[in-house]
Amino acid sequence: MASEVWVFAEHQDGVIRKTSLEILGKGRELAGHLGVEMAALLLGSGVDNLAQQLAAYADKVYQWDDPLVRQYNMEVYLQAIANQAEKERPHLILAGATSLARDLFPRVAGRLKTGIAVDCLSLELGEDGFLVARRPLFGGKALVDVVCCHGRPQIALARPNTFPLPDVQGSPKGKIVLLGVEVDTEKVKLENLEVVRSVRERLDLIEAEIIVTGGSGMKTAENFSLLEDLAEILGATVGATRGVVDSGWRPHDDQVGKSGKTVSPKLYVAVGLSGAIHHVMGMDTSKVVVAINKDPRAPIFQYADYGIQGDLFEVLPLLIEELKKGQGKG
Amino acid sequence: MAANILVLIKQVPDSEAMVQVQADGSGVEIEDRYTLNFFDSLAVEEALRIKEHQGSGTVTIITLGTQKSIEALRTAIAMGADEAILLEDPAFAGGDGYATAKALAAAIKGKEYDVILCGREAFDDSSGIVGPLVAEFLGIPHITSVIKIDLSPEEQVVIVEREIEGGKEIIKTPLPVLLAAQKGLNEPRVPPVMGVMKAMRVEIKKLDLAAIGLSQTEAGKAGSLEEILRYHRPPVRSPVTMIQGTAADAVKQLVIYLREEAKVI
Repeated sequence: MASEVWVFAEHQDGVIRKTSLEILGKGRELAGHLGVEMAALLLGSGVDNLAQQLAAYADKVYQWDDPLVRQYNMEVYLQAIANQAEKERPHLILAGATSLARDLFPRVAGRLKTGIAVDCLSLELGEDGFLVARRPLFGGKALVDVVCCHGRPQIALARPNTFPLPDVQGSPKGKIVLLGVEVDTEKVKLENLEVVRSVRERLDLIEAEIIVTGGSGMKTAENFSLLEDLAEILGATVGATRGVVDSGWRPHDDQVGKSGKTVSPKLYVAVGLSGAIHHVMGMDTSKVVVAINKDPRAPIFQYADYGIQGDLFEVLPLLIEELKKGQGKG
Repeated sequence: MAANILVLIKQVPDSEAMVQVQADGSGVEIEDRYTLNFFDSLAVEEALRIKEHQGSGTVTIITLGTQKSIEALRTAIAMGADEAILLEDPAFAGGDGYATAKALAAAIKGKEYDVILCGREAFDDSSGIVGPLVAEFLGIPHITSVIKIDLSPEEQVVIVEREIEGGKEIIKTPLPVLLAAQKGLNEPRVPPVMGVMKAMRVEIKKLDLAAIGLSQTEAGKAGSLEEILRYHRPPVRSPVTMIQGTAADAVKQLVIYLREEAKVI
């Protein structure tokens, strides 16, 4: 029996995360090439509906449904996934490079004595069926292709927004396999006290399709309301530069760049930011970049597809108006 | 009660350093501009704050590297750390995150410690896997992306805030634990002049492969799981289209481009 391709299905507020859906699409493609089954990994409590949903994408859903795994606990998840992997010996384990996956899967790799590639920008199979993962080095100044020949499974975490969302065809066909959470509680030291999450209507920066980021040119925290208005009309998420975060105008969670988040939206609008290298490192894989800056020599224009040299306080209200017009026309 | 803290650090190229991928994809040339990894400086700072808060304890800095890495160790000593250890051996060369973590864990085994601190990720590689792997090899829990640490050595527990997308998790764990620092944890101090002078004189303790009790096959390239096939230059973006005219005209044109040419809105 050929070993499977596994995709970790992360969910939040009863919804499968967008990045997990992207990886399910990629996993399906790789499993197809390998001629093996793809299984989705689902951990949660009362998640039958999510299992049904995943069954439309995957041949198989491994479902751990237990209050023990309702919330992410690294040590519990680690044991559940590593034990199952030792039993089933999958060929690949794939996940989106979210904060949860980046906390959990290096540890899973260590437990299974295998390698892991993080923040991958492409995942392809070599002739021998090994996974070739391309990942960035030096903040994207170089890329490297790596392969893990010695360990099984090969584990890779892909940058969100790297792979397209898959189409769902027909009704759920995948088989749902219920698994018990058999955890050695002696080995669980971490205790979750609380999860604090602000209610947000928008996707997180790493998953957002469109991002509008403001730099020091915004001048004050209050002026970000202009960007909020632009984001509202575009269905975008608002980002910020290091300077803005260090000034306390926006929380660190909003920071794009080397000491913040690495993002890859289809449209990135950079407003009133110069394009310092540590910022560019966090957004350079965006598909289309628009820069609005009054300084024509601002480095951000070198990383942009479209540029407007102008005063953002003049340009932004006009841009919002123009986009509203288009919406009115439908 | 005193807290013994180990801090894992890395000397990395500065973010401004030129990186050139060789034409045949066999390697990269890096400009000689190195610095203590930013997230690691947060880890050093936090260790010092914990020690200062407790009034006693030790802060030991550990890195795996070459002579070049001594600079980063001296930076940490200048900030106020007590001791610096360099794992240095030709056998360590070419190791991936797995092999590096094996060596660090081997060096730590047998030491007394309450907390191991490290940065969320290193600037050069950005994988963030060495910390969790060291914890795995030592059999202790880890928490990454840490933005607040409330340590009580008397009770041998720590309460930690960890940044997640759109919020934070609050986690309690007994010691020892490995914690990976995220931006927001603190503002690292600038090394005082006295510290810099002390750092120049301090003896860097060196440990080779034999000293940490690993075999040749467990270290460096031989002990690695990841094989590098080739390097690539990043794709180059086409030159920017600067949209001319009055702000009102430029904005109209931009929306047309985004709708009809780029098709992203």
